[in-house]
Amino acid sequence: MEGRNINMQFNRTMVSLAVVAVLGLAVTGCANQASTGGSGTSATGSKVNLPAVTSISTPADAVLPAGDGKAKCASGLTLAYIGAETGANAQLGINIFNGVQLAIDQHNKANAGCQVGFKKFDTEGDPTKATGPVTQAVNEADIVGVVGLPFSGESKATGNIFEDKGLVHITPSATNPTLTQNGWTTFFRGLGNDSVQGPAAAKFAVDTLKSKKVYLVQDDSDYGIGLADATKAGLGNDLVGSDKVITGQKDFSAVVSKIMNAKPDAVYYAGYYAEGAPFDQQLVAKGFKGAFIGPDGAKDDQFIKQAGNASSNAYFTCPCIPGELIPSFETAYKSAFNLEPGTYSIEGYDVATVLLSGIDKGKTTRPALLGYVKSYDADGLSKHYKWDSKGELATPAVYGYKVDNGKIVPIGVIGK
Amino acid sequence: MDDSWISFDIPSLMQNFWSATFDGLTFGAIYGLVALGYTLVYGVLNLINFAHSEVFIIGCYGVVFTLTSLGFGPNVPTLGPLAIIGDLLLALIVGMIASAVTALALERVAYRPLRKRNAPRLAFLITAIGASFAIQYGIFLVRGASPEPAVTMFQPTPIFDVFGTIVDSQQIIIVIAAIILMVATDQFIRRSRTGRGIRAVAQDPDTATLMGVDRERIIMTTFVIGGLLAGAGALFYVMKVPSGVFYAGGFVLGIKAFAAAVLGGIGNVRGALLGGLLLGLIGNYGQILLGNSQWTDVVAFVVLVLVLLLKPTGILGTSMGRARA
Repeated sequence: MEGRNINMQFNRTMVSLAVVAVLGLAVTGCANQASTGGSGTSATGSKVNLPAVTSISTPADAVLPAGDGKAKCASGLTLAYIGAETGANAQLGINIFNGVQLAIDQHNKANAGCQVGFKKFDTEGDPTKATGPVTQAVNEADIVGVVGLPFSGESKATGNIFEDKGLVHITPSATNPTLTQNGWTTFFRGLGNDSVQGPAAAKFAVDTLKSKKVYLVQDDSDYGIGLADATKAGLGNDLVGSDKVITGQKDFSAVVSKIMNAKPDAVYYAGYYAEGAPFDQQLVAKGFKGAFIGPDGAKDDQFIKQAGNASSNAYFTCPCIPGELIPSFETAYKSAFNLEPGTYSIEGYDVATVLLSGIDKGKTTRPALLGYVKSYDADGLSKHYKWDSKGELATPAVYGYKVDNGKIVPIGVIGK
Repeated sequence: MDDSWISFDIPSLMQNFWSATFDGLTFGAIYGLVALGYTLVYGVLNLINFAHSEVFIIGCYGVVFTLTSLGFGPNVPTLGPLAIIGDLLLALIVGMIASAVTALALERVAYRPLRKRNAPRLAFLITAIGASFAIQYGIFLVRGASPEPAVTMFQPTPIFDVFGTIVDSQQIIIVIAAIILMVATDQFIRRSRTGRGIRAVAQDPDTATLMGVDRERIIMTTFVIGGLLAGAGALFYVMKVPSGVFYAGGFVLGIKAFAAAVLGGIGNVRGALLGGLLLGLIGNYGQILLGNSQWTDVVAFVVLVLVLLLKPTGILGTSMGRARA
């Protein structure tokens, strides 16, 4: 009995030693590689050098939130932001409502006779949760205009609620093309849609990055599906494979395996950063050396924060304007929030300005403000705003961005 | 694929067969480690401890907090190999302890009071589900909905090549370490005095008590062993899925591990290993065969349903006590 116990003890010690030894051997192998190969994502020979742009041309006589400073309006008028304040992709929402907040603050500071309120409603960016906050907002009589909703799925789910109450809402960021095909008269889009972004992204991958083989991965959101379809059409024969992931997915090993076997030069990911960042990271960890191209939904510093060094292979396409290159906006945003403007901050600011200028002109009821936005035709800080009958802008630009030293920097217009 | 709701992509499965196999085994090994916790507790108490998935996720938090405080992050660490091994071992120990303490607390707070008043089995089941949600949303309150920042432990390197598919160091570490842990557990249950106690209680609790086995102590030990293994599984899971740690992150993995335990034969220690590896493989093959990631979980649950329909006792049978008395 005693002897057997000692024997057991010995066996167990051997087993634990073996565990340590195996772990040790394997980690040693890897760590050596890591020290010689760096992050494994350093520029390969084929990487195209795309210089960052440091200035963009923007309209000279933009309408600003401050207006002429003489606006008079009744008290209690309110603009609302409805969209993600929390949730997996919250940062995109935060970028937007900061832009809106800045516009309203500038307006109220300049116009003592017209103080506009600001309310925020949180959807978590989730189509299944968005109807509650939207219903609540449309039933608050003091709300005359809305900035939102930021994402395509939630916009699709709630467009009818706005339509029923005749409440104008301008999305600063939802890019699914079908959103303007629902016959809604209250929906306006403050940027280009994915039937512009998709082909521009395909052209960017093939012509600019010189990728002969592109692998397309989409998520299961309305946004991802629409964008993937638009991009697929543009890629034609350069598309070597496609796959789907789901919202909330954390493990991408099966997709990564397929991509490693297909050996593409670039992967285009149609989805948001919450899945895009870990996906890129797992791709690079498996030894992928090509480019990772994400759309506007992935273009945020959170992508870099979550993917780490792996993100140095990332490029982004976005029908949004780099607000950080508009000096007056950058300075004001930075002093207000102690942050650089993010993706869609300038769009949030500009569309809020459109609504504020209407209020200043006495359009203080829902129907009046809706009519005002319909016939709007003026420059914003980032671009010209004039909507067609469906609520789309004419000739929106798509910008390209790259990751440079842990920051997302614009590389200029890649398509119109 | 776009027209019909389901399609079978056989060329893709042929092309990706080996990578699906190696990834499947890697996940299977993790499922196996977690499945042991379900199996051991079921063997001893005839209780399906649904909160075991939370025992696992607490271990993940232990691992992530340890590594984050040691300076690990999304970037590949620049430390030397020995320092990395040391840090990983520390994270392993913290993860195992965190999970074991959770499992033990669960036993004490949720199950023991029920046992004392001879509650019906349904009460145990509902309590288990309740405990699972309580822990999940407890984490949610403290850490919010966002996942913890990714933790990269090391850059996996190719070790060898099978028919053109690279097997990397990460896969080898996970599979070998997990199998060693599981074999060690099996040997412990088979040979040690405590193991004999566990088997005795599993076989016939009353007689075991009459023979001088301290049943309460054996139950506690069983929960602790299950917790330790889940904590080890947590380290490997974070190694494989660096950004997978959030409040509900253990839930699906827990159900898959439970499916693995049932597949191998719940209550059967070797069955958990076999079931885990098989389920990992089936899930990965199914996912690639059916075309996209939306199917991984579905395949695992279909397997669970089929096993329950066709062979409820699982592949190796359900008895821990009788099999090797």
